[in-house]
Amino acid sequence: MLTPEEIRELEADLAHYPQKQSGCVDALKIVQRRRGWISDDTLREVAVYLEMTPEELDGVATFYPVIFRRQVGRHIIRICDSVSCWIMGYEKVYSALNGTLGIRLGETTADGRFTLLPSACLGVCEHAPALMIDDDLIADWNPGNVDGILSRYP
Amino acid sequence: MERPLTSNIKPGQPAPDLAEYERSGGYEAVRKALRELTPAQLTGIVKDSNLRGRGGAGFPTGSKWSFVPMGETALRPKYLVANADEMEPGAFKDRVLLEGDPHQLIEGMILAAYAIQAEAAYIFLREEYKQAERTLRKAVAETYQAGYLGKNILGSSYRLELYVHVSAGRYICGEESGLLNALEGKRAIPRSRPPFPQTSGLWGKGTIVNNVETLCNVPHIVRNGAEWFRKLSLTGDGGTKLYGASGKVKRPGLWELPMGTPIREILEEHAGGMRDGVRFRALLPGGASTDFLTEEHLDVRMDFSSVEKAGSRLGTGTMIILDDKTCPVGMVHNLELFFARESCGWCTPCREGLPWTEKILREIEAGRGRTSDLDRLALHARLLGPGRTFCALAPGAMEPLQSALKYFREDFERHIREKRCPWS
Ligand SMILES: Cc1cc2nc3c(=O)[nH]c(=O)nc-3n(C[C@H](O)[C@H](O)[C@H](O)COP(=O)(O)O)c2cc1C
Ligand code: SF4
Ligand code: FES
Repeated sequence: MLTPEEIRELEADLAHYPQKQSGCVDALKIVQRRRGWISDDTLREVAVYLEMTPEELDGVATFYPVIFRRQVGRHIIRICDSVSCWIMGYEKVYSALNGTLGIRLGETTADGRFTLLPSACLGVCEHAPALMIDDDLIADWNPGNVDGILSRYP
Repeated sequence: MERPLTSNIKPGQPAPDLAEYERSGGYEAVRKALRELTPAQLTGIVKDSNLRGRGGAGFPTGSKWSFVPMGETALRPKYLVANADEMEPGAFKDRVLLEGDPHQLIEGMILAAYAIQAEAAYIFLREEYKQAERTLRKAVAETYQAGYLGKNILGSSYRLELYVHVSAGRYICGEESGLLNALEGKRAIPRSRPPFPQTSGLWGKGTIVNNVETLCNVPHIVRNGAEWFRKLSLTGDGGTKLYGASGKVKRPGLWELPMGTPIREILEEHAGGMRDGVRFRALLPGGASTDFLTEEHLDVRMDFSSVEKAGSRLGTGTMIILDDKTCPVGMVHNLELFFARESCGWCTPCREGLPWTEKILREIEAGRGRTSDLDRLALHARLLGPGRTFCALAPGAMEPLQSALKYFREDFERHIREKRCPWS
């Protein structure tokens, strides 16, 4: 069941569109923010609310890399692996994180703290290499300070 | 030199709020348009200015607007969308405009919406632009409060609602018809055209999709006139242009310069030339989906027609620099990996051909390539080219590949001959 709080937030958002379905990406994000990921049950609840079939909604959910249809860690690390970051040292960023966390792209640490993912260009190419941890952008990154940065995400 | 787009943008400082924006002449253009100009007159001024779309294709903005059905018989509501998806690798110009001067975009949107008599407008923002989202939401709220949005704008009978829509991280959402499907809450695959969005866009109604930088130019054109705008440019395409550089230059960044500024000037005077220890090899002039240009092209002017004559595209105007210490095959592989991942999967040549291209390049880079692979790559460049796929993503993906095969042939062959990457 969607919680009253979730429904309140959904309703405010859906007012921006002439049809409920238009708010479906927002709806998935609103629910995911509270639940961490979109399970099959969650998907069905949101679909009912939006008057979509679960298949239709899953077609949208699976299209986007930041809608998680599998369980992920508490914090999401997305390393930009597009061209400018690749030129400026993506490999070093990846090795530093891989070395510290012991996980590869697509994996989650055993304690459920971090999930490591690749990202398309983050739009800060003049500050490459770059990555995002949750909603924070980390640009002009040099791998020297991995522990310091990660310690901000308990 | 006049820099209308960036004159309010101070690095490291917060964006001007509504009061500051108004002090610099902000929203004068909206006052002028709503009081003195008919929608057709406004569109006419933008046509005269020679403003061409800054989203990559360079379509003349005024004539695009003029395709929208007007008058009593037009289906309503009509829509205006600001394309702030900016996911092309190497591109970061719209981010600077969004974070640095959100009211400039909102004012441009009100003007464009008025010109086509739209009732609603959306800013379609990529998910990762968190700071831009905060800045925009605050600016939109201020704009409503001041009466520039909502019912009876400035006491006129014109009404406009404006919303911020945040996407969820797919490049194809920036393709304008994919964007429309995304906004309607569908899988963001492109639509077949015709009908074009101008006549049948969001929910089947007349819709204009314009790039952020395009819209940001409009207030200045309305305030200062079409002739002033044309004269900002060194060539026939009106205005200034945001140019960027990333890669191993001394000062990667973004600069507003007259349209038609030569590549060499941008690279040497603004980006500070190459970093110590590396030499210039080639560049992608306008983002990941443009053809490579090399040393012989450094005097080409960065405007739509000059870059096209040189065999590439102005695209987003944000250049990616390849240096002599970076492997060109590795770079092309990186580009095709992006495109293969971002293919929406709707049409077969792109869905199948891009991953195949990526795998061939990966093999060559790893020293497992064969000479016949080069023919296979050239074949892909042809079979995924213009006119053979449902949208422009795949042809765009082929531009760096086909030009790399032309300019870096010897580097490809060396990988195959020596069975390894000479750079690693
Ligand atoms: C795959 C693909 C991605 C695109 N991404 C963007 C984008 O992020 N931003 C943008 O303004 N235009 C993008 N475009 C171009 C748009 O389809 C459209 O031409 C543009 O938004 C029109 O605006 P303009 O006339 O102001 O240039 C993309 C095109 C393709 C084929
Ligand atoms: S060219 Fe690629 S991105 Fe475009 S419609 Fe076909 S599969 Fe989708
Ligand atoms: S390539 Fe990494 S931010 Fe653009």
